[in-house]
Amino acid sequence: MSTSTRSRPIATIGTTLFLVIFAGYFLVPIWWLLMAATKTRGDLINSTGLWFADSFHLLDNLGDLLTRDGGVYPRWLVNSALYAGAGAAFGTLFATMAGYALAKYVFPGREATFNLVLAGVLVPATALALPLFLMFSKIGAVDTYWSVLLPSMVSPFGVYLARIYAAAAVPEEVLEAARLDGSSELRTFFTVSIRLMAPALVTIFLFQFVAVWNNFFLPLVMLQDQRLYPVTLGLYIWNSQVTQDPNLQMMVIVGSLLSIAPLILAFLALQRFWWSGLSAGSAR
Amino acid sequence: MATMQAVRTGSAAGARRRRVSKRHQRRAILVFLGPFLTLFAVFYLVPIVYSVYQSLLKVERVGAFGAPREIFGGLAQYQQVFASEDFWASISRVLLFFCVSIPVQLGLALVFALLLDSAVPKWRRFFRLTFFAPYAVPGVIAALTWGFLYVPSLSPFPAVAENANLLGSGLVMFSIANVVNWVYTGYNMLIIYSALQAIPGELTEAARVDGAGQFRIAWSIKIPLVVPALILTGVFSIIGTLQLFNEPTVFRLFSNAVASNYTPNMIVYATSNIPNYHLAAAYSVVLALATCVLSFLFLKITQRRAFG
Repeated sequence: MSTSTRSRPIATIGTTLFLVIFAGYFLVPIWWLLMAATKTRGDLINSTGLWFADSFHLLDNLGDLLTRDGGVYPRWLVNSALYAGAGAAFGTLFATMAGYALAKYVFPGREATFNLVLAGVLVPATALALPLFLMFSKIGAVDTYWSVLLPSMVSPFGVYLARIYAAAAVPEEVLEAARLDGSSELRTFFTVSIRLMAPALVTIFLFQFVAVWNNFFLPLVMLQDQRLYPVTLGLYIWNSQVTQDPNLQMMVIVGSLLSIAPLILAFLALQRFWWSGLSAGSAR
Repeated sequence: MATMQAVRTGSAAGARRRRVSKRHQRRAILVFLGPFLTLFAVFYLVPIVYSVYQSLLKVERVGAFGAPREIFGGLAQYQQVFASEDFWASISRVLLFFCVSIPVQLGLALVFALLLDSAVPKWRRFFRLTFFAPYAVPGVIAALTWGFLYVPSLSPFPAVAENANLLGSGLVMFSIANVVNWVYTGYNMLIIYSALQAIPGELTEAARVDGAGQFRIAWSIKIPLVVPALILTGVFSIIGTLQLFNEPTVFRLFSNAVASNYTPNMIVYATSNIPNYHLAAAYSVVLALATCVLSFLFLKITQRRAFG
């Protein structure tokens, strides 16, 4: 024991240093965005990248960003929040219900259904975007909110996670007791089981939220009207126009910073919840 | 006698209640599964079938000015897919990308997870969150941000950006791999880390009593036990790499070295923009199949290796 404690400090300093260097690597791009967002376009090129320039321009930049093209950027943020928020909310509810049914009831075709859903996890979302575009154009629904929102409500991975979690977290005795009390299956689910599954719900919600928030291919294929864009597509289109309008570069920088802030804050605030859900999902 | 009667009616009532309960359960199963399976069918199964159907059609024109019409083309589109040099080039590009990106990504994720699990007493939470934070950054935004960092005039490390042409044809693949690794290393670290946390303390404690060092414990006990988590991250990495689209598409805004046929998915998109939906559908069917086959093979091979 004593020898190991004596040899510890050097090893500890070494590993801590190693991790500090990588913490720097992971933080530098975000830090650079933060610094760049406070600068004028001239300072962006002339000042050092990792610290403030002499003048502080963050508020002017934010003002420009929020009013540019008739305030289209705030709309993009709202759209992203809508696609990701509604998509993840409904996606989580449906996936939880399905995973719960697959875990807690025995019925013919149960394993076949589960395997089909698992195969769905392996199907890349990008392979679906094109046929979805053709299907939506058949019914004249491309370039609408629905064309992006509805496909975002399906989360096969959520079903997988919900099934594992329901099997572990909802005891059979609780369900039996509820049945003896005359509670209907649905009522038991919505009043008792869903609470026991809360960490899984938060995890499914967060991961579906991130998946939809990051989505780029589907909106790129579906949407023409820039007022329907999510923020990823909007910033991409802006950056593709930088050669015509150099001012857009600053807008892309500030817009990128503003768009990642809510998600990072949400992850920090909710870490206690997604942490336990993630552990449950990956331990198997 | 009276008690017997009571028991018998009691059990009959119980049986009836169980029957009613079974019927209620069947209805509940439908309600629980209905919404998900409906959406899953409409937005997963139907598109896949529709894609396969589209890929079997071709456009025929009657004469030089005749109206185009769709007819059954058999495997004509697939012949074109497999004859396309661009397609094979893009496939070999993403395979190379996989070799450049994934070993570093998963290797670092494993090292971080092991260090956070055992060696570092301080700031564990800070490191965990810092490494994971980039996962909250969308691939498009991450690619835009790193794109700026690679451009010599904007880079905070101009000496590096000016001397190494990070956006030239020689290094651009590494530059994109760096963006992907930046986003996903922390996520994979968390998956491995939570598997490590599930290892019972007695196991490592026993090894320590036997005189095993940290390195030995990690190598002989911890790593073998987290192999399933590594396999899971490996499968997701295979799928993600073959589907690569967002990052290289954004890099076209910064670099001439990334063409519109850089990855298979970019070919699908470019083909559908022509528009040639039938050929694009054939490309995406082949790509989806290749993804499933490769991840399945990977699972088979690694599982045999891991579980005997």
